[in-house]
Amino acid sequence: MAWADSFLRTLKENDVRLVTYVPDNVLTPLIDGAAADNYFMSIGTTREDEAIGTLAGAYMGGLRGVAMMQTSGFALIANALASLVVPYQIPAIIAVSERGTLGEFNIGQVTVARTMRPTLDAIAVEHHTLSDEATMPFIVDKSIKQAFTTQSPVVFIFSPLLTGGNPAAAAKLR
Amino acid sequence: MPAPTIDAPAVKVLNRADLTKRLVTKLARDEAVVAGIGNTNFDLYAAGHRPQNFYMLGSMGLACPIAFGVALAQPERGVIALEGDGSILMALGCLATIGMVKPRNLTIVIMDNGIYQITGRQKAATASSADIVAIARGAGIANSHWVRDEKHFEELVSRRFDDGGPVLLAAKIDDKPGIAQTVRDPPLIRNRFMRGLGTGRASALDA
Ligand SMILES: Cc1ncc(C[n+]2csc(CCOP(=O)(O)OP(=O)(O)O)c2C)c(N)n1
Repeated sequence: MAWADSFLRTLKENDVRLVTYVPDNVLTPLIDGAAADNYFMSIGTTREDEAIGTLAGAYMGGLRGVAMMQTSGFALIANALASLVVPYQIPAIIAVSERGTLGEFNIGQVTVARTMRPTLDAIAVEHHTLSDEATMPFIVDKSIKQAFTTQSPVVFIFSPLLTGGNPAAAAKLR
Repeated sequence: MPAPTIDAPAVKVLNRADLTKRLVTKLARDEAVVAGIGNTNFDLYAAGHRPQNFYMLGSMGLACPIAFGVALAQPERGVIALEGDGSILMALGCLATIGMVKPRNLTIVIMDNGIYQITGRQKAATASSADIVAIARGAGIANSHWVRDEKHFEELVSRRFDDGGPVLLAAKIDDKPGIAQTVRDPPLIRNRFMRGLGTGRASALDA
């Protein structure tokens, strides 16, 4: 997948080596791509807040990282963001695959997805929705650099417009 | 009510501040210490600030993941997580991750008072039925032990922390609150911790 290769390449260009994640179907090319590449240290965690905590510790130890999750996983990290990442000024890089919109079949995913951007806006965390392969390298590269330079987190939301969404979900739509 | 299933026949009830002091005294190689929300960080702070201390002021349950992250980033440095029983019960999954990755430079100390002391002394499952050492072993941290008494604790922490892990030590402790209040300044805590780990930004402001 070109978007996944592009994202991993930009991570490398910015010395982001640690990948913590909870699996998601749409993110499979990112997660598998990182696992297959010796450059990355790839660690599956049991919860998304654990992925964020691990990232925070690694950053303070001098290792840059990214946490990958789906929208419902994002809903588990509000406290880790608001009481660790934001107050301690940790430049966490967070990749969220956007479920719950543009062809979702599961009402639970739809509802939880609606909490994501309001949560990020409420705690003033920078976020960018990636929907286009052409602009993605610029957005990701500049935002990662901005995050580390300004000691601030950034969230990349991978839109179905970019990823094509979950094929299994698409098959369930009528 | 079933008796606690702890494997040590007679574990003495110890004290958090005392154990924390004993631990800190043993640190000879600038080990990083990450202390959880509430009493564990209060007693670490009370034991005397060290540049390699990190104090959590929120994010309940994340002391072990944060320490794990430091351990991954600095494999040559010993890293210790101090966490309460209520806090680790909230985040048991991280023990499975640590049991899987097996960072040899990570040690976890669980202060088990059987209660959520700081929020009003409500009972935790550890008071009756949940055995943290059994849980940790089941999660893949084979080197997990109940602390029998002060002398046993001193033996268990008289070692190099940069190797031999992951290790989990759990101590049954009394119901005393922490004995100091950590300075409530997260950016300062983070900045000083990073300088202590040699990862802080160097600038003229350090003078
Ligand atoms: C997510 C979350 N839930 C609840 C709380 C409230 N809270 C703060 S400390 C704490 C108890 C911690 O218990 P334990 O780890 O056993 O430490 P102790 O107070 O016994 O020293 C609770 C419930 C919180 N800060 N965050």
